[in-house]
Amino acid sequence: MTWFKRESSELDSSGEKRVRTEGLWEKCEGCRQIIWKKDLDANLNVCPKCQHHFRVDARTRLATLLDNSEWEETETNLSSTDPLKFVDTKAYKDRLIKAQKETEICDAIINAEGVLDGKPVIASAMEYRFIGGSMGAVVGEAITRAIERSIEKRKPLIIISASGGARMMEGVGSLMQMAKISAALAKLDDAGLPYLSVLTDPTTGGVTASYAMLGDLNIAEPGALIGFAGPRVIEQTIRQKLPEGFQRSEFLLEHGMLDAVVHRKDLKSYLSRALSFMAA
Amino acid sequence: MDAATRTRKDIENIERQIAHLESVPGADLKTKEQLYELHRQIESLRTQFDLSSAWQKTELARHPQRPYFLDYVERLFSGWSEMHGDRRFADDPALLCGMARFHGQEVMLLGTQKGRDAKQRVQRNFGMANPEGYRKALRAMKLAEKFKRPIITFIDIPGAYPGLGAEERGQGEAIALNLREMARLRVPTIAIIIGEGGSGGALAIAVADRVLMLENAIYSVISPEGCASIMWRDATKKEVAAQAMKITATDLQNLKCIDGIVPEPDGGAHADIDSAAAMVDEVLHHNLKELMSLPADHLLESRYNKFRNIAQFFTES
Ligand SMILES: [Zn+2]
Repeated sequence: MTWFKRESSELDSSGEKRVRTEGLWEKCEGCRQIIWKKDLDANLNVCPKCQHHFRVDARTRLATLLDNSEWEETETNLSSTDPLKFVDTKAYKDRLIKAQKETEICDAIINAEGVLDGKPVIASAMEYRFIGGSMGAVVGEAITRAIERSIEKRKPLIIISASGGARMMEGVGSLMQMAKISAALAKLDDAGLPYLSVLTDPTTGGVTASYAMLGDLNIAEPGALIGFAGPRVIEQTIRQKLPEGFQRSEFLLEHGMLDAVVHRKDLKSYLSRALSFMAA
Repeated sequence: MDAATRTRKDIENIERQIAHLESVPGADLKTKEQLYELHRQIESLRTQFDLSSAWQKTELARHPQRPYFLDYVERLFSGWSEMHGDRRFADDPALLCGMARFHGQEVMLLGTQKGRDAKQRVQRNFGMANPEGYRKALRAMKLAEKFKRPIITFIDIPGAYPGLGAEERGQGEAIALNLREMARLRVPTIAIIIGEGGSGGALAIAVADRVLMLENAIYSVISPEGCASIMWRDATKKEVAAQAMKITATDLQNLKCIDGIVPEPDGGAHADIDSAAAMVDEVLHHNLKELMSLPADHLLESRYNKFRNIAQFFTES
Protein backbone atom coordinates (compact mmCIF):
# COMPACT_ATOMS: atom_id res chain seq x y z
CA MET A 1 0.00 0.00 0.00
CA THR A 2 1.45 3.35 -0.96
CA TRP A 3 0.45 6.76 0.27
CA PHE A 4 -0.39 9.22 -2.43
CA LYS A 5 -0.82 12.93 -2.01
CA ARG A 6 -1.33 15.26 -4.90
CA GLU A 7 0.30 18.54 -3.86
CA SER A 8 -0.97 21.65 -5.53
CA SER A 9 2.55 22.17 -6.88
CA GLU A 10 2.25 18.73 -8.45
CA LEU A 11 -0.88 19.81 -10.23
CA ASP A 12 1.11 22.71 -11.64
CA SER A 13 3.99 20.53 -12.70
CA SER A 14 1.68 18.08 -14.49
CA GLY A 15 0.09 21.08 -16.09
CA GLU A 16 3.48 22.23 -17.24
CA LYS A 17 4.23 18.79 -18.63
CA ARG A 18 1.14 19.11 -20.81
CA VAL A 19 2.18 22.65 -21.65
CA ARG A 20 5.44 21.35 -23.03
CA THR A 21 3.82 18.74 -25.22
CA GLU A 22 0.64 20.47 -26.23
CA GLY A 23 1.38 24.15 -25.80
CA LEU A 24 -0.26 26.79 -23.67
CA TRP A 25 -3.58 26.52 -25.43
CA GLU A 26 -6.04 23.77 -26.05
CA LYS A 27 -8.86 23.55 -28.55
CA CYS A 28 -12.26 22.73 -27.07
CA GLU A 29 -14.12 19.92 -28.84
CA GLY A 30 -17.37 21.41 -27.61
CA CYS A 31 -17.23 24.96 -28.90
CA ARG A 32 -14.12 24.78 -31.14
CA GLN A 33 -12.69 27.74 -29.27
CA ILE A 34 -9.14 28.01 -28.07
CA ILE A 35 -8.86 27.84 -24.29
CA TRP A 36 -5.93 28.94 -22.20
CA LYS A 37 -4.62 25.76 -20.52
CA LYS A 38 -4.32 27.45 -17.12
CA ASP A 39 -7.99 28.49 -17.24
CA LEU A 40 -8.93 24.92 -18.07
CA ASP A 41 -6.92 23.50 -15.16
CA ALA A 42 -8.37 26.07 -12.78
CA ASN A 43 -11.85 25.04 -13.94
CA LEU A 44 -11.49 21.25 -13.29
CA ASN A 45 -10.77 20.72 -16.99
CA VAL A 46 -14.20 21.94 -17.97
CA CYS A 47 -14.39 24.49 -20.79
CA PRO A 48 -15.22 27.86 -19.17
CA LYS A 49 -17.03 28.90 -22.36
CA CYS A 50 -19.29 25.93 -23.21
CA GLN A 51 -18.96 23.61 -20.17
CA HIS A 52 -17.57 20.77 -22.30
CA HIS A 53 -16.03 18.24 -19.90
CA PHE A 54 -12.49 17.32 -20.97
CA ARG A 55 -11.28 13.83 -20.11
CA VAL A 56 -9.09 13.72 -17.02
CA ASP A 57 -6.65 11.06 -15.86
CA ALA A 58 -7.38 8.81 -12.89
CA ARG A 59 -5.23 10.65 -10.35
CA THR A 60 -6.59 14.06 -11.33
CA ARG A 61 -10.05 12.59 -10.89
CA LEU A 62 -9.29 11.23 -7.43
CA ALA A 63 -7.68 14.53 -6.45
CA THR A 64 -10.89 16.40 -7.21
CA LEU A 65 -13.05 13.98 -5.23
CA LEU A 66 -11.03 13.02 -2.17
CA ASP A 67 -10.38 15.36 0.77
CA ASN A 68 -7.01 17.15 0.77
CA SER A 69 -6.29 15.41 -2.55
CA GLU A 70 -4.79 12.51 -0.65
CA TRP A 71 -5.38 8.78 -0.49
CA GLU A 72 -3.72 5.43 -0.08
CA GLU A 73 -3.19 3.41 -3.25
CA THR A 74 -3.59 -0.37 -3.24
CA GLU A 75 -3.09 -3.09 -5.86
CA THR A 76 -0.27 -1.06 -7.37
CA ASN A 77 1.73 -4.13 -8.36
CA LEU A 78 -0.62 -6.23 -10.50
CA SER A 79 0.44 -6.87 -14.05
CA SER A 80 -1.08 -8.81 -16.99
CA THR A 81 0.55 -12.12 -17.92
CA ASP A 82 -0.51 -11.78 -21.57
CA PRO A 83 -2.26 -15.18 -21.38
CA LEU A 84 -2.84 -15.53 -25.13
CA LYS A 85 0.59 -14.21 -26.18
CA PHE A 86 -1.53 -11.92 -28.31
CA VAL A 87 -0.02 -10.22 -31.34
CA ASP A 88 -1.97 -8.10 -33.81
CA THR A 89 -0.20 -5.31 -35.66
CA LYS A 90 1.82 -5.02 -32.44
CA ALA A 91 2.54 -7.41 -29.59
CA TYR A 92 0.21 -6.93 -26.60
CA LYS A 93 3.27 -7.27 -24.35
CA ASP A 94 4.79 -4.20 -26.02
CA ARG A 95 1.54 -2.27 -25.78
CA LEU A 96 1.51 -2.96 -22.04
CA ILE A 97 5.07 -1.79 -21.54
CA LYS A 98 4.41 1.39 -23.51
CA ALA A 99 1.22 2.16 -21.57
CA GLN A 100 2.93 1.49 -18.24
CA LYS A 101 5.70 3.88 -19.18
CA GLU A 102 3.37 6.61 -20.37
CA THR A 103 0.92 6.46 -17.47
CA GLU A 104 3.29 5.31 -14.71
CA ILE A 105 0.67 2.86 -13.45
CA CYS A 106 0.50 -0.92 -13.87
CA ASP A 107 -2.84 -1.09 -15.65
CA ALA A 108 -5.99 0.89 -16.44
CA ILE A 109 -7.08 1.30 -12.83
CA ILE A 110 -6.14 3.03 -9.58
CA ASN A 111 -7.55 1.69 -6.33
CA ALA A 112 -7.69 4.29 -3.59
CA GLU A 113 -8.72 4.46 0.02
CA GLY A 114 -9.51 7.96 1.15
CA VAL A 115 -12.06 10.34 2.58
CA LEU A 116 -14.84 12.11 0.68
CA ASP A 117 -16.29 15.09 2.48
CA GLY A 118 -15.37 13.55 5.83
CA LYS A 119 -16.70 10.10 4.86
CA PRO A 120 -14.23 7.22 4.47
CA VAL A 121 -14.60 5.56 1.05
CA ILE A 122 -13.05 2.98 -1.24
CA ALA A 123 -12.64 4.42 -4.72
CA SER A 124 -11.54 2.83 -8.01
CA ALA A 125 -10.77 5.18 -10.87
CA MET A 126 -10.22 3.89 -14.40
CA GLU A 127 -7.40 5.29 -16.52
CA TYR A 128 -8.50 5.86 -20.11
CA ARG A 129 -4.97 6.63 -21.28
CA PHE A 130 -4.01 3.02 -20.50
CA ILE A 131 -5.04 1.07 -23.66
CA GLY A 132 -8.36 2.90 -23.82
CA GLY A 133 -9.19 2.06 -20.22
CA SER A 134 -9.86 -1.49 -21.34
CA MET A 135 -10.76 -4.14 -18.81
CA GLY A 136 -8.56 -7.21 -18.59
CA ALA A 137 -7.61 -9.51 -15.74
CA VAL A 138 -5.79 -6.78 -13.79
CA VAL A 139 -8.71 -4.35 -13.86
CA GLY A 140 -11.03 -7.23 -12.97
CA GLU A 141 -8.94 -8.30 -10.01
CA ALA A 142 -8.32 -4.75 -8.77
CA ILE A 143 -12.01 -3.86 -8.81
CA THR A 144 -12.96 -7.15 -7.18
CA ARG A 145 -10.45 -6.48 -4.40
CA ALA A 146 -11.82 -2.96 -3.98
CA ILE A 147 -15.29 -4.50 -3.53
CA GLU A 148 -13.94 -7.02 -1.04
CA ARG A 149 -12.15 -4.27 0.89
CA SER A 150 -15.35 -2.29 0.92
CA ILE A 151 -17.20 -5.24 2.48
CA GLU A 152 -14.40 -6.03 4.90
CA LYS A 153 -14.04 -2.45 6.18
CA ARG A 154 -17.73 -1.60 5.77
CA LYS A 155 -16.92 1.46 3.66
CA PRO A 156 -18.93 2.70 0.66
CA LEU A 157 -17.60 1.95 -2.82
CA ILE A 158 -17.23 4.46 -5.66
CA ILE A 159 -16.14 3.33 -9.12
CA ILE A 160 -15.33 5.98 -11.72
CA SER A 161 -15.50 4.39 -15.17
CA ALA A 162 -13.71 5.57 -18.31
CA SER A 163 -13.35 2.64 -20.66
CA GLY A 164 -13.82 1.34 -24.16
CA GLY A 165 -14.86 -2.04 -22.70
CA ALA A 166 -13.27 -5.45 -22.45
CA ARG A 167 -9.62 -5.85 -23.45
CA MET A 168 -9.68 -7.91 -26.63
CA MET A 169 -6.03 -8.90 -26.30
CA GLU A 170 -6.94 -11.02 -23.29
CA GLY A 171 -9.74 -12.74 -25.20
CA VAL A 172 -12.50 -14.50 -23.32
CA GLY A 173 -10.61 -13.94 -20.06
CA SER A 174 -11.56 -10.27 -20.25
CA LEU A 175 -15.21 -11.26 -20.74
CA MET A 176 -15.01 -13.37 -17.57
CA GLN A 177 -14.01 -10.28 -15.56
CA MET A 178 -17.56 -8.98 -16.11
CA ALA A 179 -18.97 -12.04 -14.35
CA LYS A 180 -16.35 -11.93 -11.62
CA ILE A 181 -16.94 -8.26 -10.74
CA SER A 182 -20.72 -8.56 -10.98
CA ALA A 183 -20.70 -11.58 -8.65
CA ALA A 184 -18.65 -9.59 -6.13
CA LEU A 185 -21.11 -6.69 -6.46
CA ALA A 186 -23.92 -9.09 -5.52
CA LYS A 187 -22.05 -9.70 -2.24
CA LEU A 188 -21.64 -5.97 -1.70
CA ASP A 189 -25.35 -5.54 -2.28
CA ASP A 190 -26.14 -8.38 0.16
CA ALA A 191 -23.92 -6.64 2.71
CA GLY A 192 -26.11 -3.53 2.38
CA LEU A 193 -23.24 -1.23 1.49
CA PRO A 194 -23.49 1.74 -0.89
CA TYR A 195 -22.05 1.52 -4.38
CA LEU A 196 -21.98 4.71 -6.43
CA SER A 197 -21.11 4.31 -10.10
CA VAL A 198 -19.76 7.37 -11.88
CA LEU A 199 -19.75 7.13 -15.67
CA THR A 200 -17.40 9.45 -17.52
CA ASP A 201 -16.52 9.87 -21.17
CA PRO A 202 -16.40 7.22 -22.58
CA THR A 203 -18.01 4.23 -20.85
CA THR A 204 -18.89 1.51 -23.34
CA GLY A 205 -18.96 -2.23 -24.04
CA GLY A 206 -18.35 -4.73 -21.28
CA VAL A 207 -17.88 -2.06 -18.63
CA THR A 208 -21.34 -0.63 -19.31
CA ALA A 209 -22.70 -4.18 -19.47
CA SER A 210 -21.41 -4.95 -15.98
CA TYR A 211 -20.32 -2.79 -13.05
CA ALA A 212 -20.88 0.69 -14.53
CA MET A 213 -24.63 0.06 -14.70
CA LEU A 214 -24.90 -1.74 -11.36
CA GLY A 215 -24.55 1.19 -8.96
CA ASP A 216 -27.15 1.88 -6.31
CA LEU A 217 -26.98 5.15 -8.19
CA ASN A 218 -25.56 5.53 -11.68
CA ILE A 219 -24.30 9.08 -12.13
CA ALA A 220 -22.76 10.48 -15.29
CA GLU A 221 -20.84 13.59 -16.26
CA PRO A 222 -22.46 15.79 -18.93
CA GLY A 223 -21.88 14.81 -22.54
CA ALA A 224 -20.22 11.47 -21.81
CA LEU A 225 -20.52 8.72 -24.43
CA ILE A 226 -22.23 5.82 -22.67
CA GLY A 227 -23.47 2.69 -24.37
CA PHE A 228 -23.18 -1.02 -24.89
CA ALA A 229 -22.34 -1.16 -28.59
CA GLY A 230 -20.06 1.40 -30.18
CA PRO A 231 -21.70 4.05 -32.41
CA ARG A 232 -19.92 2.77 -35.52
CA VAL A 233 -21.09 -0.80 -34.96
CA ILE A 234 -24.66 0.43 -34.58
CA GLU A 235 -24.44 2.54 -37.73
CA GLN A 236 -23.19 -0.49 -39.66
CA THR A 237 -26.01 -2.63 -38.26
CA ILE A 238 -28.89 -0.26 -38.92
CA ARG A 239 -27.30 1.29 -42.03
CA GLN A 240 -28.17 4.83 -41.11
CA LYS A 241 -26.58 7.76 -39.34
CA LEU A 242 -27.24 8.05 -35.63
CA PRO A 243 -29.19 11.03 -34.36
CA GLU A 244 -27.31 13.92 -32.74
CA GLY A 245 -26.65 13.30 -29.05
CA PHE A 246 -27.33 9.56 -29.30
CA GLN A 247 -25.65 7.61 -26.43
CA ARG A 248 -24.69 10.79 -24.61
CA SER A 249 -25.43 11.20 -20.89
CA GLU A 250 -28.43 13.44 -21.50
CA PHE A 251 -29.89 10.89 -23.91
CA LEU A 252 -29.56 8.14 -21.32
CA LEU A 253 -31.08 10.34 -18.62
CA GLU A 254 -34.04 11.03 -20.87
CA HIS A 255 -34.51 7.30 -21.47
CA GLY A 256 -34.44 6.51 -17.76
CA MET A 257 -31.03 4.83 -17.71
CA LEU A 258 -29.25 7.21 -15.32
CA ASP A 259 -30.09 8.61 -11.91
CA ALA A 260 -28.44 11.94 -12.60
CA VAL A 261 -26.17 13.88 -14.90
CA VAL A 262 -23.94 16.02 -12.71
CA HIS A 263 -21.50 18.78 -13.60
CA ARG A 264 -17.94 18.04 -12.53
CA LYS A 265 -17.91 20.93 -10.08
CA ASP A 266 -20.96 19.45 -8.29
CA LEU A 267 -19.96 15.81 -8.44
CA LYS A 268 -18.28 15.63 -5.04
CA SER A 269 -21.21 17.24 -3.24
CA TYR A 270 -23.67 14.97 -5.07
CA LEU A 271 -21.72 11.87 -4.03
CA SER A 272 -21.45 13.17 -0.48
CA ARG A 273 -25.21 13.80 -0.38
CA ALA A 274 -25.92 10.26 -1.58
CA LEU A 275 -23.56 8.76 0.99
CA SER A 276 -25.33 10.68 3.76
CA PHE A 277 -28.61 9.16 2.63
CA MET A 278 -27.15 5.67 2.49
CA ALA A 279 -25.12 5.69 5.70
CA ALA A 280 -26.71 3.67 8.48
CA MET B 1 -10.80 -34.31 -47.21
CA ASP B 2 -11.01 -30.80 -45.78
CA ALA B 3 -8.06 -28.44 -45.40
CA ALA B 4 -7.58 -29.09 -41.70
CA THR B 5 -7.54 -32.86 -42.11
CA ARG B 6 -5.09 -32.60 -45.00
CA THR B 7 -2.78 -30.40 -42.95
CA ARG B 8 -2.99 -32.81 -40.03
CA LYS B 9 -2.03 -35.71 -42.33
CA ASP B 10 0.94 -33.70 -43.64
CA ILE B 11 2.07 -32.99 -40.09
CA GLU B 12 1.87 -36.69 -39.20
CA ASN B 13 3.87 -37.54 -42.30
CA ILE B 14 6.69 -35.19 -41.41
CA GLU B 15 6.63 -36.34 -37.80
CA ARG B 16 7.29 -39.89 -39.05
CA GLN B 17 10.18 -38.72 -41.24
CA ILE B 18 11.72 -36.84 -38.33
CA ALA B 19 11.35 -39.83 -36.02
CA HIS B 20 12.99 -42.03 -38.63
CA LEU B 21 15.96 -39.69 -39.22
CA GLU B 22 16.48 -39.16 -35.50
CA SER B 23 16.47 -42.91 -34.82
CA VAL B 24 19.60 -43.38 -36.96
CA PRO B 25 22.68 -42.93 -34.74
CA GLY B 26 25.54 -40.58 -35.70
CA ALA B 27 23.74 -38.23 -38.04
CA ASP B 28 25.95 -36.54 -40.63
CA LEU B 29 25.75 -32.89 -41.63
CA LYS B 30 23.37 -33.59 -44.50
CA THR B 31 20.92 -35.41 -42.21
CA LYS B 32 21.09 -32.56 -39.72
CA GLU B 33 20.24 -30.05 -42.45
CA GLN B 34 17.40 -32.27 -43.57
CA LEU B 35 16.09 -32.46 -39.99
CA TYR B 36 16.31 -28.71 -39.60
CA GLU B 37 14.30 -28.23 -42.77
CA LEU B 38 11.64 -30.74 -41.64
CA HIS B 39 11.28 -29.00 -38.29
CA ARG B 40 10.83 -25.69 -40.06
CA GLN B 41 8.14 -27.19 -42.30
CA ILE B 42 6.28 -28.75 -39.41
CA GLU B 43 6.21 -25.47 -37.48
CA SER B 44 4.64 -23.63 -40.39
CA LEU B 45 2.13 -26.44 -40.92
CA ARG B 46 1.17 -26.39 -37.25
CA THR B 47 0.45 -22.66 -37.43
CA GLN B 48 -1.62 -23.28 -40.55
CA PHE B 49 -3.47 -26.11 -38.81
CA ASP B 50 -4.29 -23.92 -35.82
CA LEU B 51 -5.60 -21.23 -38.12
CA SER B 52 -7.80 -23.54 -40.12
CA SER B 53 -9.09 -25.22 -37.00
CA ALA B 54 -10.15 -22.05 -35.14
CA TRP B 55 -11.84 -20.69 -38.23
CA GLN B 56 -13.19 -24.09 -39.23
CA LYS B 57 -14.89 -24.34 -35.85
CA THR B 58 -16.28 -20.83 -36.25
CA GLU B 59 -17.87 -21.93 -39.51
CA LEU B 60 -19.20 -25.12 -37.94
CA ALA B 61 -20.60 -23.14 -35.01
CA ARG B 62 -22.43 -20.95 -37.53
CA HIS B 63 -23.39 -23.73 -39.93
CA PRO B 64 -26.88 -23.04 -41.34
CA GLN B 65 -27.92 -26.65 -40.68
CA ARG B 66 -26.57 -26.71 -37.14
CA PRO B 67 -29.15 -27.76 -34.53
CA TYR B 68 -30.64 -24.77 -32.74
CA PHE B 69 -32.22 -24.45 -29.32
CA LEU B 70 -35.68 -25.66 -30.37
CA ASP B 71 -34.17 -28.74 -32.05
CA TYR B 72 -32.87 -29.78 -28.65
CA VAL B 73 -36.11 -28.85 -26.90
CA GLU B 74 -37.98 -31.18 -29.24
CA ARG B 75 -35.60 -34.07 -28.59
CA LEU B 76 -34.69 -33.76 -24.92
CA PHE B 77 -37.60 -32.15 -23.12
CA SER B 78 -41.31 -32.71 -22.65
CA GLY B 79 -44.09 -30.36 -21.63
CA TRP B 80 -42.37 -27.31 -23.13
CA SER B 81 -44.57 -24.32 -22.35
CA GLU B 82 -43.20 -21.04 -23.46
CA MET B 83 -43.64 -17.93 -21.33
CA HIS B 84 -43.51 -14.62 -23.13
CA GLY B 85 -42.59 -11.03 -22.45
CA ASP B 86 -40.61 -8.96 -19.99
CA ARG B 87 -43.67 -7.21 -18.52
CA ARG B 88 -41.97 -3.93 -19.43
CA PHE B 89 -41.82 -3.45 -23.15
CA ALA B 90 -42.12 -6.46 -25.44
CA ASP B 91 -41.57 -10.12 -26.08
CA ASP B 92 -38.20 -10.97 -27.59
CA PRO B 93 -38.45 -13.78 -30.17
CA ALA B 94 -34.64 -14.18 -30.14
CA LEU B 95 -34.49 -15.38 -26.52
CA LEU B 96 -37.04 -17.94 -25.42
CA CYS B 97 -38.03 -18.98 -21.91
CA GLY B 98 -40.35 -21.69 -20.76
CA MET B 99 -41.23 -24.50 -18.41
CA ALA B 100 -40.18 -27.98 -19.42
CA ARG B 101 -39.53 -31.46 -18.05
CA PHE B 102 -36.18 -33.13 -18.29
CA HIS B 103 -36.11 -36.82 -17.34
CA GLY B 104 -39.21 -36.14 -15.27
CA GLN B 105 -37.71 -33.12 -13.51
CA GLU B 106 -39.40 -29.70 -13.83
CA VAL B 107 -36.85 -27.22 -15.20
CA MET B 108 -36.82 -23.62 -16.40
CA LEU B 109 -35.47 -23.61 -19.91
CA LEU B 110 -33.92 -20.61 -21.64
CA GLY B 111 -32.37 -20.38 -25.07
CA THR B 112 -31.43 -18.03 -27.83
CA GLN B 113 -32.98 -19.06 -31.13
CA LYS B 114 -31.81 -18.44 -34.69
CA GLY B 115 -34.10 -18.82 -37.67
CA ARG B 116 -33.76 -21.58 -40.23
CA ASP B 117 -34.98 -19.76 -43.35
CA ALA B 118 -34.83 -16.10 -44.42
CA LYS B 119 -38.22 -15.22 -42.97
CA GLN B 120 -37.53 -16.93 -39.64
CA ARG B 121 -34.11 -15.38 -39.43
CA VAL B 122 -35.59 -11.91 -39.63
CA GLN B 123 -38.36 -12.81 -37.17
CA ARG B 124 -35.74 -14.12 -34.70
CA ASN B 125 -33.49 -11.11 -35.34
CA PHE B 126 -30.69 -13.53 -36.34
CA GLY B 127 -30.68 -14.80 -32.78
CA MET B 128 -29.54 -11.48 -31.36
CA ALA B 129 -31.39 -10.62 -28.17
CA ASN B 130 -32.66 -7.17 -27.19
CA PRO B 131 -32.82 -5.84 -23.61
CA GLU B 132 -36.35 -7.20 -23.20
CA GLY B 133 -34.99 -10.68 -23.96
CA TYR B 134 -32.54 -10.41 -21.08
CA ARG B 135 -35.22 -8.95 -18.82
CA LYS B 136 -37.59 -11.79 -19.70
CA ALA B 137 -34.74 -14.22 -18.96
CA LEU B 138 -34.25 -12.70 -15.52
CA ARG B 139 -37.95 -12.84 -14.81
CA ALA B 140 -38.00 -16.52 -15.79
CA MET B 141 -34.96 -17.29 -13.66
CA LYS B 142 -36.46 -15.55 -10.63
CA LEU B 143 -39.63 -17.56 -11.15
CA ALA B 144 -37.57 -20.76 -11.19
CA GLU B 145 -35.84 -19.67 -7.99
CA LYS B 146 -39.16 -18.99 -6.27
CA PHE B 147 -40.38 -22.50 -7.03
CA LYS B 148 -36.98 -24.14 -6.53
CA ARG B 149 -36.60 -25.40 -10.08
CA PRO B 150 -33.21 -25.76 -11.75
CA ILE B 151 -32.37 -23.62 -14.77
CA ILE B 152 -30.83 -24.73 -18.05
CA THR B 153 -29.79 -22.17 -20.66
CA PHE B 154 -28.92 -22.92 -24.30
CA ILE B 155 -26.69 -20.35 -25.93
CA ASP B 156 -26.22 -19.67 -29.63
CA ILE B 157 -25.93 -15.95 -30.20
CA PRO B 158 -23.68 -13.86 -32.45
CA GLY B 159 -23.94 -11.09 -29.84
CA ALA B 160 -26.48 -8.94 -28.03
CA TYR B 161 -28.24 -6.83 -30.67
CA PRO B 162 -26.33 -3.60 -31.37
CA GLY B 163 -29.33 -1.55 -32.44
CA LEU B 164 -30.72 1.89 -31.79
CA GLY B 165 -33.70 0.70 -29.77
CA ALA B 166 -31.53 -1.73 -27.81
CA GLU B 167 -29.36 1.16 -26.68
CA GLU B 168 -32.36 3.34 -25.85
CA ARG B 169 -33.80 0.62 -23.68
CA GLY B 170 -30.55 -0.11 -21.86
CA GLN B 171 -28.87 -3.16 -23.39
CA GLY B 172 -25.89 -2.66 -21.07
CA GLU B 173 -27.99 -2.42 -17.94
CA ALA B 174 -30.07 -5.46 -18.89
CA ILE B 175 -26.97 -7.63 -19.34
CA ALA B 176 -25.28 -6.25 -16.23
CA LEU B 177 -28.25 -7.01 -14.03
CA ASN B 178 -28.39 -10.62 -15.23
CA LEU B 179 -24.71 -11.12 -14.43
CA ARG B 180 -25.20 -9.94 -10.87
CA GLU B 181 -28.46 -11.78 -10.28
CA MET B 182 -27.36 -15.08 -11.80
CA ALA B 183 -24.45 -15.09 -9.38
CA ARG B 184 -26.85 -15.37 -6.46
CA LEU B 185 -29.71 -17.54 -7.74
CA ARG B 186 -30.46 -20.15 -5.10
CA VAL B 187 -31.12 -22.97 -7.60
CA PRO B 188 -28.82 -25.10 -9.79
CA THR B 189 -27.90 -23.50 -13.11
CA ILE B 190 -26.37 -25.03 -16.22
CA ALA B 191 -25.39 -23.09 -19.34
CA ILE B 192 -24.52 -24.86 -22.56
CA ILE B 193 -23.07 -23.11 -25.57
CA ILE B 194 -24.35 -24.98 -28.60
CA GLY B 195 -23.15 -22.65 -31.36
CA GLU B 196 -21.89 -19.11 -31.00
CA GLY B 197 -21.13 -17.73 -27.55
CA GLY B 198 -21.10 -14.07 -28.56
CA SER B 199 -19.60 -11.93 -25.82
CA GLY B 200 -21.73 -10.19 -23.16
CA GLY B 201 -24.87 -11.28 -25.00
CA ALA B 202 -23.95 -14.90 -24.20
CA LEU B 203 -22.51 -14.28 -20.73
CA ALA B 204 -25.80 -12.64 -19.68
CA ILE B 205 -27.33 -16.13 -19.45
CA ALA B 206 -24.10 -18.03 -18.69
CA VAL B 207 -23.11 -17.16 -15.11
CA ALA B 208 -23.90 -20.73 -14.12
CA ASP B 209 -22.78 -23.56 -11.84
CA ARG B 210 -21.77 -25.50 -14.93
CA VAL B 211 -20.76 -23.86 -18.18
CA LEU B 212 -20.49 -26.41 -20.99
CA MET B 213 -19.56 -26.09 -24.64
CA LEU B 214 -20.25 -28.29 -27.60
CA GLU B 215 -17.08 -29.52 -29.27
CA ASN B 216 -17.48 -27.18 -32.26
CA ALA B 217 -18.97 -24.22 -30.43
CA ILE B 218 -17.07 -20.96 -29.94
CA TYR B 219 -17.07 -18.48 -27.07
CA SER B 220 -15.43 -15.11 -27.44
CA VAL B 221 -15.26 -11.53 -26.23
CA ILE B 222 -15.90 -10.22 -29.76
CA SER B 223 -16.55 -11.87 -33.12
CA PRO B 224 -13.44 -12.73 -35.16
CA GLU B 225 -14.63 -10.20 -37.79
CA GLY B 226 -15.04 -7.48 -35.15
CA CYS B 227 -11.64 -8.21 -33.63
CA ALA B 228 -9.99 -8.20 -37.06
CA SER B 229 -11.47 -4.86 -38.06
CA ILE B 230 -10.52 -3.22 -34.76
CA MET B 231 -7.11 -4.75 -34.06
CA TRP B 232 -5.89 -5.31 -37.61
CA ARG B 233 -8.09 -2.65 -39.22
CA ASP B 234 -8.85 -5.33 -41.80
CA ALA B 235 -11.97 -7.53 -41.57
CA THR B 236 -10.40 -10.11 -43.88
CA LYS B 237 -8.01 -11.03 -41.07
CA LYS B 238 -10.88 -12.86 -39.36
CA GLU B 239 -9.13 -16.25 -39.50
CA VAL B 240 -6.03 -14.88 -37.81
CA ALA B 241 -8.19 -13.10 -35.23
CA ALA B 242 -10.17 -16.29 -34.54
CA GLN B 243 -6.92 -18.11 -33.88
CA ALA B 244 -5.36 -15.32 -31.80
CA MET B 245 -8.35 -14.90 -29.48
CA LYS B 246 -8.51 -18.60 -28.49
CA ILE B 247 -12.22 -19.18 -28.92
CA THR B 248 -12.65 -22.94 -29.38
CA ALA B 249 -14.00 -25.29 -26.72
CA THR B 250 -10.53 -26.76 -26.23
CA ASP B 251 -9.05 -23.28 -25.82
CA LEU B 252 -11.68 -22.35 -23.24
CA GLN B 253 -11.05 -25.61 -21.41
CA ASN B 254 -7.30 -24.93 -21.35
CA LEU B 255 -7.94 -21.40 -20.07
CA LYS B 256 -10.20 -22.93 -17.38
CA CYS B 257 -13.09 -20.68 -18.42
CA ILE B 258 -15.58 -23.55 -18.92
CA ASP B 259 -16.41 -26.71 -16.99
CA GLY B 260 -16.71 -29.25 -19.76
CA ILE B 261 -16.94 -30.12 -23.45
CA VAL B 262 -19.78 -32.10 -25.03
CA PRO B 263 -18.57 -34.22 -27.96
CA GLU B 264 -20.29 -33.95 -31.35
CA PRO B 265 -20.81 -36.63 -34.02
CA ASP B 266 -18.20 -36.83 -36.81
CA GLY B 267 -18.50 -33.86 -39.14
CA GLY B 268 -20.31 -31.77 -36.54
CA ALA B 269 -23.69 -31.67 -34.81
CA HIS B 270 -25.59 -30.97 -38.05
CA ALA B 271 -24.37 -34.23 -39.57
CA ASP B 272 -26.49 -36.22 -37.13
CA ILE B 273 -28.78 -34.10 -34.99
CA ASP B 274 -30.26 -37.03 -33.06
CA SER B 275 -26.84 -38.27 -31.96
CA ALA B 276 -25.75 -34.72 -31.10
CA ALA B 277 -28.88 -34.32 -28.96
CA ALA B 278 -28.25 -37.66 -27.27
CA MET B 279 -24.75 -36.55 -26.27
CA VAL B 280 -26.11 -33.30 -24.87
CA ASP B 281 -28.79 -35.23 -23.02
CA GLU B 282 -26.28 -37.45 -21.29
CA VAL B 283 -24.02 -34.62 -20.16
CA LEU B 284 -26.90 -32.41 -19.01
CA HIS B 285 -28.51 -35.23 -17.08
CA HIS B 286 -25.29 -36.12 -15.34
CA ASN B 287 -24.54 -32.52 -14.36
CA LEU B 288 -28.07 -31.79 -13.24
CA LYS B 289 -28.19 -34.84 -10.97
CA GLU B 290 -24.91 -33.80 -9.42
CA LEU B 291 -26.00 -30.20 -8.81
CA MET B 292 -29.40 -31.16 -7.45
CA SER B 293 -27.81 -33.23 -4.74
CA LEU B 294 -26.09 -30.14 -3.33
CA PRO B 295 -27.61 -27.75 -0.78
CA ALA B 296 -28.27 -24.19 -2.04
CA ASP B 297 -25.63 -22.60 0.21
CA HIS B 298 -23.02 -24.97 -1.12
CA LEU B 299 -24.06 -24.24 -4.72
CA LEU B 300 -23.81 -20.51 -4.18
CA GLU B 301 -20.44 -20.74 -2.53
CA SER B 302 -18.89 -22.90 -5.24
CA ARG B 303 -20.42 -20.77 -7.98
CA TYR B 304 -19.02 -17.66 -6.37
CA ASN B 305 -15.59 -19.18 -5.89
CA LYS B 306 -15.49 -20.35 -9.49
CA PHE B 307 -16.15 -16.88 -10.90
CA ARG B 308 -14.06 -15.14 -8.23
CA ASN B 309 -11.04 -17.16 -9.32
CA ILE B 310 -11.69 -17.36 -13.04
CA ALA B 311 -9.21 -15.99 -15.62
CA GLN B 312 -6.64 -14.81 -13.07
CA PHE B 313 -4.20 -13.77 -15.75
CA PHE B 314 -2.03 -11.46 -13.68
CA THR B 315 1.13 -11.51 -11.61
CA GLU B 316 1.69 -9.71 -8.36
CA SER B 317 5.17 -8.39 -7.79
ZN1 LIG C 1 -15.87 24.82 -25.12
